[in-house]
Amino acid sequence: MQISINGRPRELDVDVDTPLLWALRDDLGLTGTKFGCGIAQCGACTVLIDGNPVRSCVTPVSALEGRDVVTIEAVSGPEAEAVQKAWVGLDVPQCGYCQSGQIMSAIGLLKIEPKPDDQAINDAMAGNICRCATYPKIRAAIHAAAKTLEG
Amino acid sequence: MISRIILATAVAATSALAMGSFAQGQQDAAKASGDLRPASSFTSIGDPTQRSLALFEEAGKVIAHPRCVNCHPASDRPLQGNAMKPHQPPVVRGAANMGAPGLQCTTCHGEKNTPLVTTSIRSVPGHPQWHLAPIEMAWEGKSLGQICEQIKDPARNGGKDLAALHEHMAHDSLVGWGWTPGDGRDPAPGTQAVFGEIIKAWIATGAVCPKG
Repeated sequence: MQISINGRPRELDVDVDTPLLWALRDDLGLTGTKFGCGIAQCGACTVLIDGNPVRSCVTPVSALEGRDVVTIEAVSGPEAEAVQKAWVGLDVPQCGYCQSGQIMSAIGLLKIEPKPDDQAINDAMAGNICRCATYPKIRAAIHAAAKTLEG
Repeated sequence: MISRIILATAVAATSALAMGSFAQGQQDAAKASGDLRPASSFTSIGDPTQRSLALFEEAGKVIAHPRCVNCHPASDRPLQGNAMKPHQPPVVRGAANMGAPGLQCTTCHGEKNTPLVTTSIRSVPGHPQWHLAPIEMAWEGKSLGQICEQIKDPARNGGKDLAALHEHMAHDSLVGWGWTPGDGRDPAPGTQAVFGEIIKAWIATGAVCPKG
């Protein structure tokens, strides 16, 4: 089957029940998206589908007909640039394993809510776990990115 | 303070993962669904009020079932499993009952139940209209009598008259998900068709509510 990944159609020779995460990592070599739990409990596998954060580990490729998948490798636009700048500026990651998912969720949040308060950040990021507990830096970086977006 | 709350939440979620507390699917599968008596089996009760009460008590097997109550929570957080524990991850209902901006229901819930290969959670439930019942329709912690009065009250049932209430109970496909909840989850008792007939007969006998 054919799905749109990072702006171009990609042919996938996989069972339709294959989770998107497997297709990304094993078939397309896009390993920036991480496997954490496989059951939508940790957020490490977050990608954007039609601009919204989605857990790729529980999304079968059959659900992607006519939809647009963007991974950490190709995410772009003002929110992505602001988030990247903030993440680097505040040196957010420690081990870094969860950060691909954190960043995709942060971008997804800022696309919907350009100036989130602490509560909005907590609510949006509650599904992304970080075992290094970088949460205070993640929140500060989202605030910093929002400030950048203000111009 | 807020960072401590986030941290506590994350630590709780992480340790829950580590301890395998998400074995809800197994618990669910262990509890068998009860049967649902067809509306026709209540005709032997001559008194319409008593028949209506008996019909609603029977409908209560479905209404009070975790498949239904879990998405009619009294707080802003859905429930999960037969034990009706707070939803993990710790999601909130949001303004439209579809989650918070950036963490909508659709972040994890697709249009169909999605089987998983793990033994802890055997499937992620899904439906095209997956969302929480609005807070005025909360059933969690209420008696069947209280729920009965609530579902008849247009101010707390989305403006439905009894005919519309029957239509919702008998034919709404998200309600219907309760009988096809995916691997690892007990379905609501009976079928939506049998449930719909019970509601219809309850309405026809005066839609009497249990006391209390």
